[in-house]
Amino acid sequence: MKNPIHFTALKTIWIKECTRFLRIWVQTLVPPAITMTLYFIIFGSLIGSRIGEMGGVSYMEFIVPGLIMMSVITNAYSNVASSFFSAKFQRNLEEMLVAPVSNITIILGYVGGGVARALLVAIIVTLVSGFFVDLAIQSFAMIILTVLLTATLFALGGLLNAMFAKTFDDISIIPTFVLTPLTYLGGVFYSITLLPDFWQAVSQFNPIIYMVNGFRYGFIGVSDIAPATALGVLLIFNIGFFVLAWWLLKRGTGTRT
Amino acid sequence: MTNAIEIKGLRKTYRGGFEALKGVDLAVREGDFYALLGPNGAGKSTTIGIISSLVNKTAGEVKVFGFDLDTQINEVKQHIGLVPQEFNFNQFETVLQIVVNQAGYYGVPRDLAKQRAEKYLTQLGLWDKRNDRARTLSGGMKRRLMIARALLHEPKLLILDEPTAGVDIELRRSMWDFLTRINKQGVTIILTTHYLEEAEVLCRHIGIIDKGLIIENTTMKSLLSQLNIETFVLDIAPSDNAPQVTSAATRVIDDHTLEVDVVKSAGLNSVFSELSEQGIKVLSMRNKANRLEELFVTLVDQGRTDKETVKA
Repeated sequence: MKNPIHFTALKTIWIKECTRFLRIWVQTLVPPAITMTLYFIIFGSLIGSRIGEMGGVSYMEFIVPGLIMMSVITNAYSNVASSFFSAKFQRNLEEMLVAPVSNITIILGYVGGGVARALLVAIIVTLVSGFFVDLAIQSFAMIILTVLLTATLFALGGLLNAMFAKTFDDISIIPTFVLTPLTYLGGVFYSITLLPDFWQAVSQFNPIIYMVNGFRYGFIGVSDIAPATALGVLLIFNIGFFVLAWWLLKRGTGTRT
Repeated sequence: MTNAIEIKGLRKTYRGGFEALKGVDLAVREGDFYALLGPNGAGKSTTIGIISSLVNKTAGEVKVFGFDLDTQINEVKQHIGLVPQEFNFNQFETVLQIVVNQAGYYGVPRDLAKQRAEKYLTQLGLWDKRNDRARTLSGGMKRRLMIARALLHEPKLLILDEPTAGVDIELRRSMWDFLTRINKQGVTIILTTHYLEEAEVLCRHIGIIDKGLIIENTTMKSLLSQLNIETFVLDIAPSDNAPQVTSAATRVIDDHTLEVDVVKSAGLNSVFSELSEQGIKVLSMRNKANRLEELFVTLVDQGRTDKETVKA
């Protein structure tokens, strides 16, 4: 990114992306705050008080990191998926394709926008959670690393989805049929140690387990997965998705004729 | 003089086997105002798509100001400004956001981009609309917005794919003036259009493409000189005498309209003299059809007949 052209282009895409989600803040920033407040009230306060402790902390404290991570995942993904697909659909992606913008710059710009929205939503949800629980922080570095790597990974996932998508339906299939089940089964509401051995083993194949547990470790210092393993898995997936997105853009899959 | 564009053996076969370009060779000189004409589906937009790197070519070589599309793509892109056929900006962004962002993709810093935005939006009569969302603009304004957007990085080559489609006559002429002005400032312009009058008025060179091949590539002057006969429509004052002209072929359309086919070298004087002698007053006169239009149809038909003959 030493080339000033690429840096200016990156800044332009990032500002454009941030302006987009801020312009439609009622659709992008308010819903996660409302949804998570409902989760905190229903699962945390009402049901949680009957569950008691989990992982050595109150149920509310246990689920808050997972719920923040859930917002990060869905917002990072949907931001890039809908923005990139809209740009493809309205053909304004051509504005970038005819310009000397490198494929890496396009990826970083869109992913940067998705990460910005995910982080903003994470801050909002964390502030909302402050009304229900006093959050402790065990490892600030772990919190930052997992949230950044997770937001980046799902922003890349949204980009890949948008590249292949041909209709608006195609960008809702993955979130509905893949992302939501994996998130709910990803240890947001329970510790995988509660599962029978077989399902514990199966859960190891769910990448969201690593993100939720890594993030939770940063807050309460308790995790079903070793923090280093969680970060390692996240890093590997990030590299894989980035290389795939770059290769597909280079080939012109879904973007060029 | 350097060529702004040099294309050799350009081929494009789409998935499914449709061969859109079958070996296009083309050179456009720097500073030229060049018309690329052809019927629908002839390969104009594919050629432009390849030059502007929106379409991957199957084979061939493309150079823009000497830079190779395969090995120096960023240099190629930096020199081109593209005005596509369809509105392809984000309809929810403001006019200013659209042009400033586009400049950013070319590495133009935001402050400089804003200065240039003021310059080009003012020249194209859009500065007052800078804070309006693009979807609220009229069709003509959207066309002008696309021209302004393509100029923000000050390219040496401007490619316009049917820039005046759906634009009213007054606006079209003001766009012609603008394009002529920037061409005089040194910007090479390639234009595709279905308004052949537009090509005739603006362009110095012309290429005609049909079924993926260039069938004519010459100067506008020499192309038009191929026309031997021109047809004029004369509006005549009602008269008791039916017009009789011996110096040219004529057709009486109705009481006050006469069509005359005139051989270029013969001129119209003799026709006017004969009508005057018969006491027939000519009130006004116009070309029956655009001259270039006649040639265009002839050349395309001829190309098709030649191919059919070869096949047979």
